[in-house]
Amino acid sequence: MTAPTIRVQSADFDLQTEMSALTAGRKNIGAVVTFTGLCRDEQGALSALELEHYPGMAEAEMLRIGELAIERFSLLGLTAIHRYGKIMPGENIVLVIATAPHRQTAFDGANFVMDFLKTSAPFWKKEHAADGAEGDWIAAKDADDTARDKWR
Amino acid sequence: MTVKLVYFAWVRERIGKSEEDLDLPADVVTVNDLLAHLTTLGEEYENALQFPDVIRVAINQEHAEHDEPIAGAREIGIFPPMTGG
Repeated sequence: MTAPTIRVQSADFDLQTEMSALTAGRKNIGAVVTFTGLCRDEQGALSALELEHYPGMAEAEMLRIGELAIERFSLLGLTAIHRYGKIMPGENIVLVIATAPHRQTAFDGANFVMDFLKTSAPFWKKEHAADGAEGDWIAAKDADDTARDKWR
Repeated sequence: MTVKLVYFAWVRERIGKSEEDLDLPADVVTVNDLLAHLTTLGEEYENALQFPDVIRVAINQEHAEHDEPIAGAREIGIFPPMTGG
């Protein structure tokens, strides 16, 4: 079975580079779904997000999620990259790429990984306000738990 | 039993440290027991853990339920619900 590519890093990532790494030289892939999560400025209220993570467990949990997705949706490849540290509005936070023979499993695989990343991978977001003041920790949303539970 | 505790996000901020090695009494058997024990260690712990239902715990870097035993744990992570992605 394919092993997922998992990375937790402060540096930015490049979508085209990551996608090429999954597809180069392969002739059995019929579908590539990519999801990129970006930092919003919340109508100008936010100057940055601070992403904290649990080193070691973040990678381990993303690997567990990735392996589940590959098995469940028979994916041909999967990459998940999550950034940490201070991230400005407009910058990338997270990347998920799923490849499969057909589109539905690629869509479902990427969707599954994102739903579990949001609720199970140990990352926490803190807001920095536009006036420079350190803001609050973002609260977890019930809607994210509901989105995850639909995969049960 | 001595275990390494690691704290994240507002749990870390309220307790005022990111990690510590703690010697646990023998009657601390489950995650629930651990959370209850920690609240006896001071106001900052009480403040961080006053609503144990929302607190998430990982044993040796894997998510754990609150009724799970902590025997064999080398590292226990204590943190709020996750908000990544």
